[in-house]
Amino acid sequence: MTEPLSNVLLKVQDLRGWYDESHVLHGIDFEVRQGEVVTLLGRNGAGKTSTLLAIMGILAKRAGSITFNGTEMISLQPRQIARLGMALCPEERGIFSSLSVEENLMLPPRIADGGLSVERIYDLFPNLYERRKSSQGTKLSGGEQQMLAIARILRTGAKFLLLDEPTEGLAPVIVQQIGHTIKALKDEGFTIVLVEQNFRFAASVADRHYVVDQGKVVDMIPNDQLEENAQKLHDYLGV
Amino acid sequence: MFELLGVPPQVLLGQLLLGLINGSFYAVLSLGLAVIFGLLNIINFAHGALYMAGAFVAWMLLNYLGIGYWPALFVAPLIVGVFGVVIERTMLSRLYHLDHLYGLLLTFGLALIIQGLFRNYYGISGLPYQIPAVLSGGQNLGFMFLPNYRAWVVVASVLVCFATWFAIEKTRLGAYLRAATENPTLVGAFGVNVPLMVMLTYGFGVALAGFAGVLAAPIYSVNPTMGEQLIIVVFAVVVIGGMGSIMGAIVTGYMLGIVEGLTRVFYPEGSAVVIFVIMAIVLMIKPEGLFGRTA
Repeated sequence: MTEPLSNVLLKVQDLRGWYDESHVLHGIDFEVRQGEVVTLLGRNGAGKTSTLLAIMGILAKRAGSITFNGTEMISLQPRQIARLGMALCPEERGIFSSLSVEENLMLPPRIADGGLSVERIYDLFPNLYERRKSSQGTKLSGGEQQMLAIARILRTGAKFLLLDEPTEGLAPVIVQQIGHTIKALKDEGFTIVLVEQNFRFAASVADRHYVVDQGKVVDMIPNDQLEENAQKLHDYLGV
Repeated sequence: MFELLGVPPQVLLGQLLLGLINGSFYAVLSLGLAVIFGLLNIINFAHGALYMAGAFVAWMLLNYLGIGYWPALFVAPLIVGVFGVVIERTMLSRLYHLDHLYGLLLTFGLALIIQGLFRNYYGISGLPYQIPAVLSGGQNLGFMFLPNYRAWVVVASVLVCFATWFAIEKTRLGAYLRAATENPTLVGAFGVNVPLMVMLTYGFGVALAGFAGVLAAPIYSVNPTMGEQLIIVVFAVVVIGGMGSIMGAIVTGYMLGIVEGLTRVFYPEGSAVVIFVIMAIVLMIKPEGLFGRTA
């Protein structure tokens, strides 16, 4: 399972971040290799979402180092970061109510070749095909909105996905479907960072887990060593 | 012909047409305001002054450069639009992180400055602008005489309103605009250059005002105060239609022009205030406006 270090695609070092005066990230360190699915686990308010927002440049007040494919991104704008091939599926999903389902899907501009075709996306998410003419993206169910939020970033050619709690508030059958999708995407060569509260879900899709606590990465656990680390994780997450 | 409540049909239809022409200006101007408010969250108080500037630019093009009405219909809005882009880049863009009120105050100040400059150089008596030759004269419709130019104003405004509505509601670029209106941060995170969109949107919104100004030049005399009088009514139209609603701004513009015309027939004393009365009622019953989206 261990791949050579030259395959490291994203390297986050001593990442610190602030919302106005409130210091939320206190030195995040982790790395993601090409083709991996990596989760950030942690309690509410540990800094997982803030880490994704800082990587994407949306949390603008940040310091440290974030290199992606060898490019330092710490001082780049979100739109420049997107153009490097990174895409975010935000926690609140961000479906636009003034756009139809199809317009929502087609909204993010293509930034590189090699994105999934619309046919392949509808193949992955048959519900979206049925609802594509729906006048308002926000008329979809929560699960459909979540699928749409993932689907629209697959078209763009971005191969590095940041997914923020894609299973939050969804029925078990939908969670399962999203799990299948993530595995399918991994097979298609996508690299994924997943923020999760749902530990069982995380264990079913990820290669490695980083534990975030109080704005820092405190541990890394490979998925195949979960058993022996169960007690430790239990203490970290307080589940 | 029959009379309606003692009003001869000539009078009624004449006032309806007049209302429709006023409505054309309301629609184009409130459309520009709605587009700007939607994306920039700025209530563009300079809109009336830029409408006036559109009329003046048309006049200047003709009198200083010999450029006639038809080219001016494109060139004058372009010049006003570029001026808008300069305003956005050098001033408005510095205020986005502040409360909306600051944008309103800035554009209000700009309106006063622009009007003051034109008043200083051209006085307030008004400058004449000829109706283009092909549109002089008119048609006798039997019940009334319809000046060709006024018919053209209605047609041109409908075309521009429809084209703008189509561009915003039915095209990919329009989808960017609608999305950025809802959540500019996320649209930026998709790799779209939102600041550029904001700049061009403001430029386009004020170009619409400039276009209305050129349309108005041959009807009303070109006058530094022409925008001041109109813009207050247009703000009421935008409030009635609902801030940021494209279709709402257009439909409400024409509708209120007609309502105003009808009021002039049946209760002339009320025609100057009827729009504001409607505004007050709408604000009490449906504060988000007739076509407003509830957030």
